[in-house]
Amino acid sequence: MSAVITEKKLKVVGTSPDRPDGVPKLTGTAQYGADNSLPGMLWGKILRSPHAHARIRKIDASKALKLPGVKAVITGADLPDQKFEYLGAERVAVNFWHMTRNILAREKVLYEGHALAAVAATTPAIAAEALKLIEVDYEVLPHVIDVDEAMKPDAPLLFEDMITRGIEPPPAKPSNISKRLGFKLGDPNAVFATADEVVEMSFKTAAVHQGYIEPHACLARADADGQAEVWSSSQGHFVVRTFTTKLLGMKTGDLRCHASEIGGAFGGKTVVYVEPVAVMLSKKTGHPVKIMMTREDVFKATGPTSGASMTIKIGVMRDGKIVAAHGLFKYQAGAFPGSPVMNGCMCGFAPYDIANVETVGYDVVCNRPKSVAYRAPGSPISAFAVESTLDMVAKKIGMDPLQLRLKNIAKIGTPTVFGTKLAHAGFAETLQALQKHPAYNAPLGKNQGRGMALGYWFNGGGESSATVNVNEDGTVVVATGSPDIGGSRASTAQMAAETLGIPYDAVRPIIADTNSVGYTQATGGSRVTFATGMTVINACNKVIEEMCVRAAKLWKLDRADVIWEDGSARPAGKHAGAFEPMPFKAIAAKRTATGGPIVASASVNAEGQAPGFSAQFCDVEVDPETGYVKILRYVAAQDVGRAIHPKYCEGQITGGVVQGIGWALNEEYIYDKNGRLENAGFLDYRMPVASDVPMIEAMIVEVPNPNHPYGVKGVAEANIVPPMAAIANAIHAATGKRLTDLPMSPPKVLAALDA
Amino acid sequence: MAKQHVSTTLNGNAVEFLCESRQSLLDVLRDELHLTGTKEGCGTGDCGACTVNVDGRMMCSCLFLGVEAQGKTIQTIEGMANGDKLHVLQRKFLEHAALQCGICTPGMLIAAKTLLDHNPNPTEVETRYWLAGNLCRCTGYNPIIDAVLDAAKELRGA
Amino acid sequence: MSDMRYEAPKTVEAAVALLAGASGVARVLAGGTDLLIQMRGGRVEPALLVDIKGITEMTSITEEKGGFRLGAAVTAMEMHEHKAFSKAWPGLTEAAMLIGSYQIKGRATVGGNLCNASPAADSVPALIAAGATVSIVGPNGRREVKAEDIATAPGKNSLAKGEIVASFLLPPRAARSGDAYLRFIPRTEMDIAVVGAGINLTLDDKGVCKQARVCVGAVAERALVVQAAADALIGTTVDDAALERMGAAVSAACRPIDDKRGTKVYRIKVSGVMAKRAAAIALNRARGTN
Repeated sequence: MSAVITEKKLKVVGTSPDRPDGVPKLTGTAQYGADNSLPGMLWGKILRSPHAHARIRKIDASKALKLPGVKAVITGADLPDQKFEYLGAERVAVNFWHMTRNILAREKVLYEGHALAAVAATTPAIAAEALKLIEVDYEVLPHVIDVDEAMKPDAPLLFEDMITRGIEPPPAKPSNISKRLGFKLGDPNAVFATADEVVEMSFKTAAVHQGYIEPHACLARADADGQAEVWSSSQGHFVVRTFTTKLLGMKTGDLRCHASEIGGAFGGKTVVYVEPVAVMLSKKTGHPVKIMMTREDVFKATGPTSGASMTIKIGVMRDGKIVAAHGLFKYQAGAFPGSPVMNGCMCGFAPYDIANVETVGYDVVCNRPKSVAYRAPGSPISAFAVESTLDMVAKKIGMDPLQLRLKNIAKIGTPTVFGTKLAHAGFAETLQALQKHPAYNAPLGKNQGRGMALGYWFNGGGESSATVNVNEDGTVVVATGSPDIGGSRASTAQMAAETLGIPYDAVRPIIADTNSVGYTQATGGSRVTFATGMTVINACNKVIEEMCVRAAKLWKLDRADVIWEDGSARPAGKHAGAFEPMPFKAIAAKRTATGGPIVASASVNAEGQAPGFSAQFCDVEVDPETGYVKILRYVAAQDVGRAIHPKYCEGQITGGVVQGIGWALNEEYIYDKNGRLENAGFLDYRMPVASDVPMIEAMIVEVPNPNHPYGVKGVAEANIVPPMAAIANAIHAATGKRLTDLPMSPPKVLAALDA
Repeated sequence: MAKQHVSTTLNGNAVEFLCESRQSLLDVLRDELHLTGTKEGCGTGDCGACTVNVDGRMMCSCLFLGVEAQGKTIQTIEGMANGDKLHVLQRKFLEHAALQCGICTPGMLIAAKTLLDHNPNPTEVETRYWLAGNLCRCTGYNPIIDAVLDAAKELRGA
Repeated sequence: MSDMRYEAPKTVEAAVALLAGASGVARVLAGGTDLLIQMRGGRVEPALLVDIKGITEMTSITEEKGGFRLGAAVTAMEMHEHKAFSKAWPGLTEAAMLIGSYQIKGRATVGGNLCNASPAADSVPALIAAGATVSIVGPNGRREVKAEDIATAPGKNSLAKGEIVASFLLPPRAARSGDAYLRFIPRTEMDIAVVGAGINLTLDDKGVCKQARVCVGAVAERALVVQAAADALIGTTVDDAALERMGAAVSAACRPIDDKRGTKVYRIKVSGVMAKRAAAIALNRARGTN
């Protein structure tokens, strides 16, 4: 891997050009998931459970099938069953036995909104009518929503045979605890006794949804020969292909998946819901089938992130040195195993150099939709608990909370609880940048308070592919497999232009379908600019090599006598100056005479990603009579490695912070006593609107990642980690009351004030 | 029942369509007229992604029946640019990186244009309240507000 | 599925005839901001929809008997843009302007807000506090009732089959009068009131409150007129002590429920807070110092 390019002045990287896919999105012509149609298309709709937990005795679709215009009805029985096994790395393991049951329920429905049948009909209205005609015989079962309740020995069981993994010897009795896991460094329990002060606190957080504005939607067409095509709104069309073919028993190459434009995702579109159903309906009917979720479906049946119950214990010396820490994290997985509790256990204390740490996590099923990734999955939850506790630690020893964190900040070489050593700088630099913000010491008024917190995220590497095609006029098309969820076409084009030495607008980035470019993991984990960027740079370097070969041919020189500089081939060595430099465009024009098309592909399984780190403070004002919390100022510093497109980096930071503000103050899943979601709409889910927030001040810190040619670390996620604790700490500063239960909605704040 | 016949002026053109009496204007635009620039985010008037302008006022087209469009003048995102010349707001959204995923953008642009038609010189707070019915989950609103205020300034010739 | 007939009559009488003659479920379509959501959710499937936005009496604001006649299908935006009306009744206008986003304000109507009978309807406490009279037209002609007599329970109103609310009469404005409405929501916009309070008061020439009406929303099965709260203001200069007594009277009168939008305890306390703050605004308006 090459070192970070620092010696030459960059022309394109570090600027903020207009995005290449902007105009269609501004004029309404861009095609999102629900915008695709085909002639002869049918409309698919999905029947969902009205119960939180019930055994399915019988599904009778005979009346629905008789309705004119109905072309097919399918249930879980139409999909092949899957082997019960956990596949892939533990942190992101999948189990297709669970996944097929989440797509279409089989033995039981496990949450309100759980899909159990689907119809295809000639109009949306007929499809909706057909759903009403499907008769389901349910045996309603007791349900459990809360994570602490679900862990009790007498709780209703979602799976009667679930034995907790990760406990030796395995428990004899089944429970809702899918997994126990833990990490340990040193011996915190022995060291707590030696600490000057020990603070122990418990916290709860509510399940929150990613809240993307575009509901899941897809269009599928299947041919009688077993081949099929899907257009869907997904963070990873290769994921759609892998999961859908596996769930339907198809050959991978037989499904061609196209990445529609995607209307927000934040982790929530890294799995499949409607795609396998649409393909199966299309197979059955011989017609293309479109399925669109409603907003209610999105809230009830797609993944929020976990709510959790946590206890944190921190031991500190009077000088501020943290000597021991313990975290107990119990995360809701939803109806099937797989909460991000492992991430929570790994990230919570990761910003700090603590010699003795233990984290213990439980993954717990309950009658809620299966949790799915949400921006730095797992980390914001544990950070809320850890960073709130640290605030109380600072109060207890009378130390400034920023100084406390700075004193204990992790540096290169600091061991982590999960066994590796921190390999990158940037944490202290980010914290120091925040400290220097002029408003950090600004005076506050009545009922106002300031709070701060830190956030850590791994960032991602992994598999990406790219193909660069050089056109005869010197423009290039860069095809990648990374769906663009927030401007990555721009950063891709910038890195290609910079590497090739050609203008930004000579590069046309596209997102190729699964059968036109090499395998690429989903757009997630803040991995695209790092990993896909790296493979684009590698492919561009191969193009440069080929350009030098072509120039050598034209000049009748050996390849070794040609170098590439500033976007041109130049004769070198003993031939230096023998010919005028030949620019990219000139060589491209001579492609036919020099050997034909100039194309290069590259693929990586990128390693060497560097963690994301964010340090934030905010000022709030609390209305003492209503408990309303107003955000007066919000400052977020984040180490991005290097900002390829600073405006889009800022956009990731301000966007993540505002999602965090929503998580902190109002967003939550509210269930009634029957386990039905009471606020399955934007009205009562209460995401921040434009008038709820001030201008968020984003501070880009650049401590380059030596493992990426342009120093990229990744920017999309660390920013959502600190806000919940930062706001709780600010409320504490304003009122003297410690809120430990998210969301910190006005009734809870007022109750704390009046307590 | 037979479908209803409706005559409108849509993006400056006389447009007639047939619709079911229950069909929303949003569904008519998307499914009957194939104008998919107007987006559905919720279907209940809570997100603003389906915002269109009807007779000078902005509306959620999901909460407006197709049959109500009889005789009305409707503007959708598809009618905002003048040929290949973007509207100032569209250009400013591009320059300020005011779209990340872009799904809220058409509704946001129609709402912003209606604001500037009513009030050529809005404050930041007025702009935030005017756009409160248009959810954006990507940007945190900063660049959107910047783009609208910058476009207002350019339109005023300031 | 059943077909739905859509009609857009030009007179109140024609609308009444359509509604009275309907065999299945019939609904009046004004702004549609509640009805179309209910239809989409399958909670109501009308066989007949009568769109009343083509009826002049229902869509205009006119001066009458020294007061204003407000058409039931006038939108919040139209009230806001009507300079004389919004100057005379700023509290009622602001209450209507709190309904939803600007997209919704261009559609939503006070008539729809009242007839939909949500206890949390924003314009209703202000309308009741204003002392508005409702003009109802039905198969047997026209009748007038007080605004507080329309909603009876959540989603239920006192209209008979075939009757529609045509317009409201706002009484002439006495000198030194002011009205205000405030609600509490957890965000700044786009929410349903957790509690709402409408105040309308008139001062004498010495600044003593001689008339007051206090009405609170979202704290009972329908908007509550709190006479004890009004009494706490009448005869006072609306000083802090009077405001405290008024707020306490409001809180004492509330009988809210716990639900997804707020708790009982919270609503009881904050309804008093909102009433006090609204009264302070109404007072300033009456004094002409706003």
